Amino acid sequence: MKKFLTHRLVWPIAALLALIAINTISRPSFLSITMQNGQFYGSLIDILRNSAPLMLVALGMTLVIATRGIDLSVGAIMAVSGAVALTVIEASPDPGNLGVVFTAIAAAVGVALLLGVWNGFLVSVLGIQPIIATLVLMLAGRGVALLITGGFITTINSDPYKFIAGGYVLGLPFAFFVAIFAVIVVGVLERRTALGMLTEAVGINPEASRLAGVRSRGIIWGAYIASGALAGIAGILYSSNIMAADANAAGLYIELDAILAVVLGGTSLAGGKFSLAGTVVGVFTIQTLKSTITFLGVPPAVSPVFMAAAVLIVVLLQSRRFRAYFHTAGRSALRPITRRPDAKVLS
Amino acid sequence: MATLTEERRSTSSSAVSYRRFLSRHISWVPVFAAVIILVVMIAGAMWYFPNFQLNRIMSSILLDNAYLLVLAVGMTFVILTGGIDLSVGAVMAFTGILCAKMLGDGVPVAVAIPAMVLIGAAIGLLIGILVQFFDVQPFIASLIGMFLARGLAFVVSLESIKVDNEGLLWLQSTRFSFAGWYITPTGIIALLTVALAAFVLRYTRFGRTVYAVGGNEQSARLMGLPVVRAKLSVYVISGVCAGLAGIVLTAYSGAGYPLNGVGTELDTIAAVVIGGTLLTGGSGFVIGSMVGVFVYGLIRTIISFSGAEQSWTRITVGALLLLFVVVQRVIVSRSALSR
Amino acid sequence: MMDPMPAAVAPPLLEVRGASVRFGVEAALSGVDFRLRAGEVHSLMGENGAGKSTLIKAITGALRLDDGDILIEGRPVRLSSPAEAQAAGISTVYQEIDLLPNLTVAENISLGREPRRWGMIDHAEMRRRASSALAALGVDVDPASVLSSHPLAVQQLVAIARAVSVEVKVLVLDEPTSSLDADEVAELFRVVRELKDTGIAVVFVSHFLDQVYEICDRVTVLRGGHLVGEYATRELLRIDLVEKMLGAAAGVLAPLGQRTVDDSEGPAIVSARGLTAGPRLREADLDLAEGEVIGVAGLLGSGRSELARALTGVDRPGSGEVFVDGAPVRFGSPREAMSRRIAYSSENRRTEGVIGDLSVLDNISLALQAQRGVLRRMSTARRRELATSWVEALHIRPADIDRPVSTLSGGNQQKVLLARLLALSPRVIVLDEPTRGIDVGAKAEIQRLVGELSDNGLSIIYISAELDEVLRVAHLVAVMRDGVLAQIVPAADLTPDALLALVAKPESPGEAANG
Repeated sequence: MKKFLTHRLVWPIAALLALIAINTISRPSFLSITMQNGQFYGSLIDILRNSAPLMLVALGMTLVIATRGIDLSVGAIMAVSGAVALTVIEASPDPGNLGVVFTAIAAAVGVALLLGVWNGFLVSVLGIQPIIATLVLMLAGRGVALLITGGFITTINSDPYKFIAGGYVLGLPFAFFVAIFAVIVVGVLERRTALGMLTEAVGINPEASRLAGVRSRGIIWGAYIASGALAGIAGILYSSNIMAADANAAGLYIELDAILAVVLGGTSLAGGKFSLAGTVVGVFTIQTLKSTITFLGVPPAVSPVFMAAAVLIVVLLQSRRFRAYFHTAGRSALRPITRRPDAKVLS
Repeated sequence: MATLTEERRSTSSSAVSYRRFLSRHISWVPVFAAVIILVVMIAGAMWYFPNFQLNRIMSSILLDNAYLLVLAVGMTFVILTGGIDLSVGAVMAFTGILCAKMLGDGVPVAVAIPAMVLIGAAIGLLIGILVQFFDVQPFIASLIGMFLARGLAFVVSLESIKVDNEGLLWLQSTRFSFAGWYITPTGIIALLTVALAAFVLRYTRFGRTVYAVGGNEQSARLMGLPVVRAKLSVYVISGVCAGLAGIVLTAYSGAGYPLNGVGTELDTIAAVVIGGTLLTGGSGFVIGSMVGVFVYGLIRTIISFSGAEQSWTRITVGALLLLFVVVQRVIVSRSALSR
Repeated sequence: MMDPMPAAVAPPLLEVRGASVRFGVEAALSGVDFRLRAGEVHSLMGENGAGKSTLIKAITGALRLDDGDILIEGRPVRLSSPAEAQAAGISTVYQEIDLLPNLTVAENISLGREPRRWGMIDHAEMRRRASSALAALGVDVDPASVLSSHPLAVQQLVAIARAVSVEVKVLVLDEPTSSLDADEVAELFRVVRELKDTGIAVVFVSHFLDQVYEICDRVTVLRGGHLVGEYATRELLRIDLVEKMLGAAAGVLAPLGQRTVDDSEGPAIVSARGLTAGPRLREADLDLAEGEVIGVAGLLGSGRSELARALTGVDRPGSGEVFVDGAPVRFGSPREAMSRRIAYSSENRRTEGVIGDLSVLDNISLALQAQRGVLRRMSTARRRELATSWVEALHIRPADIDRPVSTLSGGNQQKVLLARLLALSPRVIVLDEPTRGIDVGAKAEIQRLVGELSDNGLSIIYISAELDEVLRVAHLVAVMRDGVLAQIVPAADLTPDALLALVAKPESPGEAANG
């Protein structure tokens, strides 16, 4: 029983179930799924579809956080990716052509991958703090996206492209399959190869890993490349949803949602051991939370307040001092003063 | 004694005084670099654009970016301690729209303005407490502040609120002119903020403690400096500045708008770093941040002068920021290796 | 052991009686006495883990004693914070120089008690105060200059100026000369003598014997948390001092049998010529043949670890050459060395060795997996088999390979680290203090294991501070002194006392054996 309770997925899943329960109690229709024209509809289906971009970004964020880093540029990369894809499609004489759409997607994800290479270079080769390195792209990336679209919100008319976010396969949203596919691919990559274990080693103790012969630089670089590529796919999903490339709105604040999802899933911001399954649960939890807020009639613009509260609670629970306050009230306060290494707070 | 005097005897007096100068004023070097960039840009613009009048342009830069200048002062305090504050844009928007609403509801200006400053201080205090007492990383703590403020801004109003209050609008509409240069009360507020901050940082123990925390927090504590108070206070100061910036921006645009300041925190950080403040903390000056704001404003002006798209501004600023960060990193690792 | 105090003498300036400190079950200090007299320079000596830094922390208020008293001028005091220690007249200059590199010299001297005028900090007055404080020490530094623009030696003098700029009775210097060259050390000693003359007592913590003998009047030796004794340096032979620090041969463990070197030594697998690294390693020549064990003996700071790290790609060598099978190599990383089957085990087991949060299984298979690369993942079954077999071979207890390594004892952690390296089938392993902090039984096991491995053809470099251990495991002993690999002697030709004499021998030729 104890092992069950201390499994690191227990609390995230419990939180998600609790949230679902609350929703069901206040609106029984939450759980209902109807079928029309061979497609499923319902609040749960909406959550599956709407969570897809966040799922992709959060996957990449998990890997980056595991290496003791952070990627603040994912939103901007999403914007760039959408801009590239839509510009390619718009420039083509036949936007509905499947080949054109594939080219557009390939170009967009390719550019996003390159941006990930750039981030990884700054962090793993130049040794710049991850926050600052990715902050630069966060700043400049949307500007680049705007340039690509010429300052406008490019719109297109393309059925194949529209299918990505709006289409259904086997009754379920295609976007959901994209997200699940990504989860499976990343999961296989991490756990079926040695990548997962080596990433954890690098995140927990980079120096001991180096002495053990682990290629730290490559692993860290790879994490940022993955984060970039996944953000690129998320950008495709987002732009397909609105059939437009909105450089300012695409992926706005998604990095924060992603960080929260990763943390909710049990991965520590300090790096090291990570849980992809936890991140998946975290993403669903956040999406359900957003759905709850919308249902409560709160204007979506106000939802950041609830996000703030959620992040605050999670962060406090993870804070050592907070936990210590409750655990060691009785213990003597006269601990030896240990010299903590100067922790530069930005890193 | 042997090593020290030997060193001096073996070098010429001008080399000695150069080294002496450098050893006294090394932190001013990045600021100096920013000033050079500014001067070069001005010179280039004046040469390239025929109707680029220095006094008009510089005055209008101050006018358009007074809010950013106030934000940069607050951000300088935070970055000097090695922290970061991502909430300033959102807090500015929140206090701005709240101010507009209060004025619209008939609250006197003399009450509304201090209220905004206090609210900014309160949010800053929240962030500071999270950082100092709960060991939350500054960027997460300030993200919480940002989320909170942005959401609260929308709670106040989903759309913009126009301001009719004469008292507030006076801050923007009045101009004091002299020889083609002009300045508004908002500009004066911004410059006074810079002056006050510069004084505090140089001549008070609190100010020196801010630098000390950024240099070596452990040592500062061992020296008996009020480290905890300093680390809390810098976030409060940043919040106060954000509140003040909200007032300035609302006066400038004549309305409160909940979507103001999206991305402004990044502009602020860029201006501070370009102005010569090291992101690792412990080195930098508010005067430098002021130069950084002018560089930012000048970039924006030049880009609009040349008819290029506004999005080039963010890209150029981002590139400049990256350049400064990389150079800072190279210098730091060079000096660490030489030890 | 303690020389008797003459009847009519004032109480010592600072006295510690029966000090004890425990960290969990470990006793860092047990019943230690320490006496400091006004106007003397007193050295605190002992190897790693002897309790020196714990005692210093207790004196400087960074640590509370679990048992015992501290008295200043005969009155008992409670030093529960650095501020209280400072107020009691005890100032400290730490090895890391706890000053603010980004502020000026003047500010560093006065900050916390800066002069004010009309509520503002008076920078001009601060500079004047700094000038006079520095002049009192005979040091000439520009007070308006930023601290980081000066070399470490000067920063240290500024730290001392700060420390004595208030009412101070005791000045503690913690490893002050680690990064100083000879001229800078001379300057420091001049300043220390000035302070001595004003009646301040100086506690000089250092492992450099020469310097201790040069500047100190008395020495207190600690070993394993216990007081060994307090002596006047004039009356203590160097060799006796070293013996007291390192302890006589344990005699508890049965000798493994003398290791002899074959007459026909094989060709050298690894060689070094003129190897230098950083400030500590100044010169090392070495040849390691197959199946040979070279024990490295020397005091702390003699360059032992630096040699190990330079040979195995952990640190970049400064100059000199390393050869593998006769061909010169340049290892840019531990990974490169490991690809040539040369592996290193760090003395910092916890921070650079085992990865505590990972399981025994993950730790043991880490290096092998890293070598195979990301894509060629070892199957779980294979990894478990690997880990299980090593756990059995090395008697790692508890035998649960899924436990986090942090839950194992020090000895077992070391074995896990060893297993990780041995899983690579190396030709050469370099073990840096493998038995430090390990209980006697585990120590014997590891030493026996080393013997078996070398019998099977593995070449080993074995660094240890315990001389009898070095003699037990090694064929050849490399003696390191002050960064130089001074000589290599067959272990069979040495007795523990003889090795002690070699390790303690003064570098400067003029110094007599009694310092």
